[in-house]
Amino acid sequence: MRPSIFILILAILSVLLIISSLFVGSVPLSLQTVWLSLIDAGAQESSLIVTELRLPRTLAAFATGALLAQAGTLMQVLVRNPLADPYILGVSGGAATAVLIGMLLGLSSAFGLTGLAFIGALVAMFLVFILAHQKGSWTPTRLLLTGVVVAAGWGAAISLILTLSPASNLHGMLFWLMGDLSYSYSVSFAFTALIIGLIFSMLISSQLNVLIRGDKIAASLGVNLKQLQLKIYILASLLTAAAVVQAGSIGFVGFIVPHLIRLTGITDHRLLLPAATLGGGILVLIADTVARTIIAPQQLPVGIITALIGIPLFLFLLQRDAKQ
Amino acid sequence: MSLLSSHNLQVQIASTLVCKDLNLAFNAGENWAILGMNGCGKTTLLHTLAGLLPAAGGNISLNKTNINTLCRREVAQQLSLLMQHQEDHFPASVMETILIGRHPHLKNWQWESDEDKKIALEALTLVGLKNFTNRSIQTLSGGERQRIALATLLTQQTKIRLVDEPVNHLDIHQQHEVMNILTSNNNDMTTLFVLHDINLANKYCDHALLIFGNGETLHGSCENILTQNNLTKLYQHPIKEISHQEIKYFIAN
Repeated sequence: MRPSIFILILAILSVLLIISSLFVGSVPLSLQTVWLSLIDAGAQESSLIVTELRLPRTLAAFATGALLAQAGTLMQVLVRNPLADPYILGVSGGAATAVLIGMLLGLSSAFGLTGLAFIGALVAMFLVFILAHQKGSWTPTRLLLTGVVVAAGWGAAISLILTLSPASNLHGMLFWLMGDLSYSYSVSFAFTALIIGLIFSMLISSQLNVLIRGDKIAASLGVNLKQLQLKIYILASLLTAAAVVQAGSIGFVGFIVPHLIRLTGITDHRLLLPAATLGGGILVLIADTVARTIIAPQQLPVGIITALIGIPLFLFLLQRDAKQ
Repeated sequence: MSLLSSHNLQVQIASTLVCKDLNLAFNAGENWAILGMNGCGKTTLLHTLAGLLPAAGGNISLNKTNINTLCRREVAQQLSLLMQHQEDHFPASVMETILIGRHPHLKNWQWESDEDKKIALEALTLVGLKNFTNRSIQTLSGGERQRIALATLLTQQTKIRLVDEPVNHLDIHQQHEVMNILTSNNNDMTTLFVLHDINLANKYCDHALLIFGNGETLHGSCENILTQNNLTKLYQHPIKEISHQEIKYFIAN
């Protein structure tokens, strides 16, 4: 299949899934009800379910997944390791810690929290890189180990903050942290971050194709290495921060999605980035639909579902790479 | 005219001196062999000449312009480098891998044209792997991977080529094929080879640079430089010159 057709199919699938997820949930809704609620928000009681609950949550799920998959794709190039992911490297953890501090201090605007999350993500990524960087090269195992250990550190910081938080906030904080999209903040903010991120990622996408071959090769092919690395570092942190503010730290999306897209034969980053963006949106949207319907009316945090898919895949790839 | 030149170049790895006050001019049509023991700094010198590492002293000129004043893209349009090792952490097809050689010639938003693909396919044909376009890079043997790296270098179409152990992993037939490809039709080019095979150097190169590992270097035409005494001193191993049908060969005793 031609990559452009594949991306088109992903785009159509995204739209279809966003629409169909409006019908699915604890209360089944008819086509007519959904349609009426969308064109006239005040029409009936059930329209609240569509406009106030399902539509924002659906869009938040899609945006979060897209942001994470994009951030994951960029990080993998930066560290030249297909196992890299904002969650595994502890970048989500750093961002989440910063957001929790903000929440503890009573901050509630999406802009302010994203700013904090951005700083948290930058610090987390910087920490991992400084600790794992050795003689100008990234050792894959060293990088992953450092990421895991730093992530554990963030986990401890998060526990500390939760302990200090008033009991009334605790349930919300916990669910947000585990990736519960029903607590998501401004959806339009997430989409703005997503589109700006995608534009800037696309501008450097052809250089990413060269960078995956190694720092020196990239430089010998005309890439300004320091500048490109800095751009990826900032972009990946910003994308992760926007995703974390939406839904806490949802794991493994940034690693599963680019991997699955590469399996279809798309390895050129000019195509991989848009495909992964759509694919990430689709994955989290499906995962969230499952999370809120499987034991309805009880709702699960979406992070549980992505972990169920991500962990076996990660272990499989780690084992396969060790054999090679 | 010299395409690449060094002026009082000093290269150092930590406290080890690779070369000092090195004044070299690599002219169009010349093929240079760089010889020396393991760890004497051949690769470091090559990367310094490519502008990828800072020199400890002196400077390097690319077509009479100081290499440090050029951006990486401008350098890459004139100078290509074959690395000793290739990194393949991500899946990619052979064609995609070769096409990255066109990167310095394309604008940021530009896709490879049919012309670029033609150049890549010609390079692939030249290294004898024409039917490999859609093969995954991760399924290739060491020798095949090395030839793909060479095809990428050829696709970059530069006048100055720095190749680090180009015959790594290659069988004896392929070694000569590769040296032939890099030394034919190159009247307007200069190629620098880091080699370990003195006889390949003597057969295909016209100039040689010997790096002794203590800062001392020797350079000139192969005829004058590649001698029994120089090479014995260079490798700290007895080397004997023999003659067969009026061609010199060097063997290690």
